[in-house]
Amino acid sequence: MKILVPVKRVVDYNVKVRVKSDQTGVDIANVKMSMNPFDEIAVEEAVRLREKGVATEIIAVSCGTAACQETLRTAMAIGADRAILVETGVELQPLAVAKLLKALIDKEQPQLVILGKQAIDDDANQTGQMLAALAGLPQATFASKIEVADGKAAVTREVDGGLETVSVTLPAVVTTDLRLNEPRYVTLPNIMKAKKKQLDNYKPADLGVDPAPRLKTLKVSEPAGRKAGVKVADVAALVDKLKNEAKVI
Amino acid sequence: MAALVIAEHDNASLKPSTLNTITAAAQCGGDVTVLVAGSNCDAAARAAAQVAGVAKVLVADAAQLGDQLAENVAAQVVAVASAYSHILAPATASGKNIAPRVAALLDVAQISEITSVESPDTFTRPIYAGNAIATVQSADAVKVITVRGTAFDAAAASGGSASVEKIDAVADSGMSTFVGREIAKSDRPELTAAKVVVSGGRGMGSAENFHLLEPLADRLGAAMGASRAAVDAGYAPNDWQVGQTGKIVAPQLYVAIGISGAIQHLAGMKDSKVIVAINKDEEAPIFGVADYGLVADLFQAVPELVEKLG
Repeated sequence: MKILVPVKRVVDYNVKVRVKSDQTGVDIANVKMSMNPFDEIAVEEAVRLREKGVATEIIAVSCGTAACQETLRTAMAIGADRAILVETGVELQPLAVAKLLKALIDKEQPQLVILGKQAIDDDANQTGQMLAALAGLPQATFASKIEVADGKAAVTREVDGGLETVSVTLPAVVTTDLRLNEPRYVTLPNIMKAKKKQLDNYKPADLGVDPAPRLKTLKVSEPAGRKAGVKVADVAALVDKLKNEAKVI
Repeated sequence: MAALVIAEHDNASLKPSTLNTITAAAQCGGDVTVLVAGSNCDAAARAAAQVAGVAKVLVADAAQLGDQLAENVAAQVVAVASAYSHILAPATASGKNIAPRVAALLDVAQISEITSVESPDTFTRPIYAGNAIATVQSADAVKVITVRGTAFDAAAASGGSASVEKIDAVADSGMSTFVGREIAKSDRPELTAAKVVVSGGRGMGSAENFHLLEPLADRLGAAMGASRAAVDAGYAPNDWQVGQTGKIVAPQLYVAIGISGAIQHLAGMKDSKVIVAINKDEEAPIFGVADYGLVADLFQAVPELVEKLG
């Protein structure tokens, strides 16, 4: 069974981004970039499924500029067998990415697509669901457990108030949540091995997709600031402030 | 213009997030219709008809809609979509599961987690864990939107008298089956709707130590939350997670205990009216957003706080 794992190159989660003074976006020049953490969980899950003998091949995919090759090499260092870069300088929004991935599903015919529930840059939480819709596949979002057997995946999902389990017929799209697994550290030998793995390059036009953005960003601004308050000396002072100043208790 | 709200409900009643979504829908202009797709969901439909500002309720009642499977509910929305300029769902686990599927089927973008309606085609939404606010404009014929509940007041649950219209349910997709649900039973208020939230972080040290927060939550009538670090460490369940990738809360009072204040946690709670932080590390970033900070050992301060609150 083949697994397709889309991964996104994003600003590292430890970086606090700054809004550009002309309000055209955030300043990402010279900041550390990493694989979206939820996508890293997706790669790890795919590798574990291969280690269990469920999967036979893992293909990592990324859409974006040539710099995404770095992210794909990381995915291959974790354990993906080969990679595909859909290269474009166009600003990619989730619908366009879903269309590109749909074209790759047609080409590669994977039984499972596993990807992060949300990218930590645009915080959209859309791509997996959109891909499932476009490909006419079932979806299991926010997964905390995946069990594959008999042409189906039983997926435990993180929902408000607890967990729910759905059974989806393969092929299917699964998006990962935090507790699905803890990704392994990549080792130096695996980083070296990843450099030799196959990396194919497509352009959106090769896949017959127009990736033009649908939403226009008019401006990007700073959120309303919040000033630091005061430090109180002890618990008694805290209770006094809450009762008499803030009046919230 | 007309707006369709995808109701979040449990067949018997509406989830509070639906009421905030109705407010956002009304701001988009035009009449607001609520779609209740469920199974034996008459009670939820009646509740929707009583919400102030709702003009019409559409009810699709069939077994295959009972468990809110995204494949079936999205198909149901698409079946009625042509009559609407805006389709809105709450930005909850359920709404986020369904709405993007609807958008893709309609070949339109989705605008996620809006925090304001600037005009019928322009909205604001937080990006980068709330460190930036994007103002986005959609040229699509239909705007598919998820709504951040804390950014919109709840519509009044009574005072409306909408007409209720039964519609044909779509067929089961056959691709996906609901297996089961484990929902934690709790007498506490729902996290995103609570007036007070007591959250613990990695500083709690263990799952057992989290029980220390219960008397405080009881005393304050609070919901309990946790930082991602605490969830990661297995101290607290995932659905308690407050932050960029968890729940967004904006209570009257947020009490952060043993939470350092990582960017992604602040993204989930910095719109709270009053923030209290208790942490032994006086350099912790949480003190940068807290109205009242107490540098103390939480294992002494929390019991003392409960006692002093009386």
